[in-house]
Amino acid sequence: MKNILRSAALVVTLTAAAFAVQAHNVWLLPSSTVLSKADWITVDAAVSNDLFFFNHRPLALESLSITAPDGSIVQPENMAKGKLRSTFDVNLTQTGTYRLAVINEGVFARWKDKATGQVKRARGTPDNITSQVPADAQEVEITQSAGRIESFVTVGKPSTLRPSGKGMELIPVTAPSDLVKGEKASFNLLIDGQPARDVEVTVTAGSTRYRDKVGEQTIKTDANGQFNVTWPAAGMYWLEANTHDSKTSVARAKERRLSYAATLEVMP
Amino acid sequence: MQVRYSLALASLLGAPAFAAGLNVSIEVPRLDVAEYHRPYVAAWVERPDQSVAGTLAVWYDIKNKGSAEGEGTKWLKDIRQWWRRVGRELQMPVDGVSSATRPAGKHQVQATEGSVQLPKLAPGAYKLYVEAAREVGGREIVSIPFQWPPAKAEQASASGSSELGEVKLELKP
Repeated sequence: MKNILRSAALVVTLTAAAFAVQAHNVWLLPSSTVLSKADWITVDAAVSNDLFFFNHRPLALESLSITAPDGSIVQPENMAKGKLRSTFDVNLTQTGTYRLAVINEGVFARWKDKATGQVKRARGTPDNITSQVPADAQEVEITQSAGRIESFVTVGKPSTLRPSGKGMELIPVTAPSDLVKGEKASFNLLIDGQPARDVEVTVTAGSTRYRDKVGEQTIKTDANGQFNVTWPAAGMYWLEANTHDSKTSVARAKERRLSYAATLEVMP
Repeated sequence: MQVRYSLALASLLGAPAFAAGLNVSIEVPRLDVAEYHRPYVAAWVERPDQSVAGTLAVWYDIKNKGSAEGEGTKWLKDIRQWWRRVGRELQMPVDGVSSATRPAGKHQVQATEGSVQLPKLAPGAYKLYVEAAREVGGREIVSIPFQWPPAKAEQASASGSSELGEVKLELKP
């Protein structure tokens, strides 16, 4: 009984998180993005309306993955989930660029119950989603999703990032530690390791609570999946991109929704 | 008179007898603040493509409490532009370049072409940068463009408004 309740609760949270991705800002906020030498950082993670304020929900960190400059995986410490934000610490021991990523993968199903005509929903994995949909279900729609929420922290000299080749991701051309007000920075957007062409990327400065207009910049990736951003001011920025394609790994899924979000710090 | 004599002597002996170089005078301003810490300062020479020809000086907290590089290396990143351009490539301390922070006043930095501070410069346009960052304080950067090699002894200066006072550059052919 307890297990059933727990998994039910999990489904509710995950679904809520999935919807939240559509409507809210999801982000990781590191205490520092540039460090002179090996040190600890602490990171806040939240789903919010304002950037970067904790005012809605904590970000689920079950799928947090921290990659060290040498490609090894680093375990977070002191992970905690509050009512409005999650938090964790990372011990940065290597020189180079660390990649903090929350990678969400899921499959949603939506159908009409044959007997009652009611709309039903389920969330699962590519392996178990089909078993959750009744055989006689009508108007079945299955959608796959791949989301990535990231930030980058550099100790000393930045190092290059290797693409994971899965879902949508950002590979900086200008190192994330070298973003400066008034200077142009270049990035490559990839989908499954290939250039993401013609995808709209929005860039929003933090502290949205203190201004009347969101003032986001919208940029399109070029034929090589590259885009440039010129930073109007120093501060924390939130970068987001959403798209969809039909490259699903579930036979009955017609669409794959891809999302990407990153927190970047721009220096004066 | 003395000066004229030594100049004449230098030209007699030809250029190689005295290596060219530059002197930089950096003024750390006296600030009336509740909590004062001496600023971290870096002075360096950049090429037009923003690559660094040499770091002339870095002043930071070199107190040694068990680590040879000094206590203050954690905050070197706050000398932001220098850190991005070259600081993060260096292993502190650097002999002849890094030293302790300085009190308010005017300080001289001398560099001879061909030294650790200032390797041989190809003829062209350069910029001297002086950047200061102070704990619980501000940051300021001042630059002076110059041509190398100088035809004759030249002077140029620029002034900071908050964290730096007068910065004077003296070129020696």
